[in-house]
Amino acid sequence: MEVIYTGLHQTPEQIVETLIQEDADAVGLSILSGAHMTLVPRIIDLLKGQGVDNVLITVGGTIPQDDIAALERLGVAKVYTPGTTTQEIIDFIESAVIPRA
Amino acid sequence: MLLRQPPAGEKEWRGAYKVSPERDASFTTLSGEPVKALYTEADLADAERIGLPGAYPFTRGVYPSMYRGRLWTMRQFAGFGTAEETNERFRYLLDHGQTGLSTAFDMPSLMGHDSDSPRSLGEVGREGVAIDMLDDMETLFQGIDLGEVSVSMTINAPAAIMLAYYVVAAERSGVPADRLGGTIQADILKEYIAQKEWCFPIDPAMRLLGDMIEWCSSQMPRWHPVSISGYHIREAGSTAAQELAFTLKDGFTYVEQALERGLDVDDFAPRLSFFFNAQIDFFEEIAKYRAARRIWARELKETYGAKDPKSWLMRFHTQTAGVSLTAQQPLNNITRTAIEALAGVLGGTQSLHTNSYDEALALPTEDAVRIALRTQQIIAHETGVANTIDPLGGSYFVEALTDEIEAKAHAYFAKIDELGGMVQAVKQAYPQREIADASYQLQQEIDSGRRLVVGVNSYTEGDGDETPLLHIDPALEQKQIDRLRAVRARRDSGPVEASLSALKAAAAEPRLNLMPHLLDAARAHTSEGEVVQALQTVWGDYRETPVF
Repeated sequence: MEVIYTGLHQTPEQIVETLIQEDADAVGLSILSGAHMTLVPRIIDLLKGQGVDNVLITVGGTIPQDDIAALERLGVAKVYTPGTTTQEIIDFIESAVIPRA
Repeated sequence: MLLRQPPAGEKEWRGAYKVSPERDASFTTLSGEPVKALYTEADLADAERIGLPGAYPFTRGVYPSMYRGRLWTMRQFAGFGTAEETNERFRYLLDHGQTGLSTAFDMPSLMGHDSDSPRSLGEVGREGVAIDMLDDMETLFQGIDLGEVSVSMTINAPAAIMLAYYVVAAERSGVPADRLGGTIQADILKEYIAQKEWCFPIDPAMRLLGDMIEWCSSQMPRWHPVSISGYHIREAGSTAAQELAFTLKDGFTYVEQALERGLDVDDFAPRLSFFFNAQIDFFEEIAKYRAARRIWARELKETYGAKDPKSWLMRFHTQTAGVSLTAQQPLNNITRTAIEALAGVLGGTQSLHTNSYDEALALPTEDAVRIALRTQQIIAHETGVANTIDPLGGSYFVEALTDEIEAKAHAYFAKIDELGGMVQAVKQAYPQREIADASYQLQQEIDSGRRLVVGVNSYTEGDGDETPLLHIDPALEQKQIDRLRAVRARRDSGPVEASLSALKAAAAEPRLNLMPHLLDAARAHTSEGEVVQALQTVWGDYRETPVF
C-alpha cells in the first residue's frame, strides 16, 4: 500500500483535493488541537459534495471519549487515541480497505 | 571513562554482582543510553568541573544562593477561549499562589491567522487564547499590574507582533516598556526543527527575531526577548542529548547573529533565556540541566568572549513532559508530573510549569491545574529539597551522566558545524531527521513492549473512570470574530494603511529594525493576520519538505 504524507497545516479543502487527486483508498487525519469536531465533519461534507464515498476515514489525536461516538456516527471508521500502537493502525487499515480493481 | 582508581572492595562487589540474578530489563535511559549497575568515586569528575553555585562554569547552579534565596517561579501555562476567559484563569492562578504568568495562544494566533480567516475554522480559542489585536491584549491583562507580575508569552513566528501589542497595552495601562519583566518565546529555529509553527521563510524569520533581540536590548532591559527552547524538540521525540545540543546550538546561532549586527555580546547575552523539558527519566534530566549550564558558560566566555559574568548564565524555565502523559488511567499523570518537576528542581530551574493530569485528553480543568500547582508547592515547602543547593552535586552517577551528556552535545555541535552551522543544518533537515529517527526508535520500544509505560502497555487494569474535562464553548469562536470585526469597523483606516505600508517598505530593507513599525501598527489596531500578510507580500511564506 502506498502512503502519501501531505505534511502539516493542511486545510480540509487541501486534504480533499489530495484524496481525489491521488485516488486514495484511505486517509488518516491527525488533529492535536481539539478542533476535530469542526474539521472532520467539514472534510466528510466536502467529500460528499464531490461524490466521493469510498474513502476509509480514520482519525487520531487528542480526542476525548465523548467525541468518538459522534465521529463514528458521521462515518469515521476508527478513532485512535494516545497509546495506540502503530501495528494496530496498520492492521486495521489493511483489513478494512477495499482495494480498487 | 574512569578517572581514578576504583574504591577498595570494588572487585569483590563486582564478583558478588556477577553471581546475583539480574532483572529482565534493558537498563537504559529513556534516550537509550546504557546505565551501569554502580557508579563509584572512580566515575567522579574533578572538583573544578563540578565547581560551586554562582561561579563559573555554574554546573551546580547559576546563583550563589539558589532556592535558599528565592524559590523558582511557579509559572503555569494557561490560555483558552477569548481574552476574557483567559484573564479569569490568570487571576484564578495568581489567587492560588502562582508567581508568574504564562500565556498559551490558539493555533490561529500562533500561525498568524486572524480569527475570521477561513484557516481558523474550528480552531479559535481551542488550544490557547485568541489574540487578534491590541484590544485583546488589553483585555487579557485587565486588572493585572504588568509592572509587578512577570509575563511569559509562548509565541514564535509572529512573536514580534505580539510583543508590540503587549508593549502598547502596558503603555496604555501606565507601565512603560522598560519596566516590563517577562519573556517572549520567539525561538524561531526550533519551529522549523520541531514545533512547526511558521509564517515566513527561515532567513527573514531570523531577521525579525534579530530585530526584536536588538530592540529589546536597549528598550526593555528587564525582558527576555527569546526563550531558546528544547522542550518542543524533546516533545517531538528527540533524545536528551539532542534536546541539549540542538537547543544550545540554536542559542549560539542567535548570539552569532547578534554579533554580526554589531552588538556587543554583553549587551544582549544577559537577557537570553532557555526552556527545557523535564522528562520522566529522572537522573538523565538532572544531568542534562547541569551540563547545559556548564556548556553555555564555557562557550560564552571562551568562544564569544563575553566579559560580563551575567552573559555566562544559562537561566531556564522547565516544563514537565506533555508527551509522557497517558490518556489511560490519567490520575497516574499526577505522579509522573511530580517526579518530572522534582528533576527540574534538583536540576536548578529558575521557573517551572507542571502539567495537569488530564492534559493527554484536553486543556486542563481548574481542579486539575490547581493540583499541578499544589505539586510545586509541596515540593517547595514539604520535601526539603530546596533546603540546600544542588543536593545531587558529587553524586557519582549524576556527575558521570553530566559529563557523558556534555560530551554527546559536543559531538552534535561538531556535526552541525560540518554542515555549515545550524541554519544550514535546518535547511538540510538534519535535526529534523535525527528527531524522526529517535522518535521512531522510542515508539518501536514502546510498541514492542521492550519499554514499559504503565497503564498503556502494562498494568492496564484500572482504567475506565470518567475524567471530567474542560470543554471550550464553540460559541466563543463567533464571539471573537464579532469582537475583531467590531474593532475593524470602528478604527481609523488611515493609520492602518499607513502603518502597513511603512512596515512593508521597511521589511524590504534588511538593515532596518522593524520593531518601531510594528508598534505603530499595534497602535493603529491592525490585526495580527493583517501584519503577517503584509510581511508575507515582501518575504513569502514557508513550505516544509517533511522528513520521516
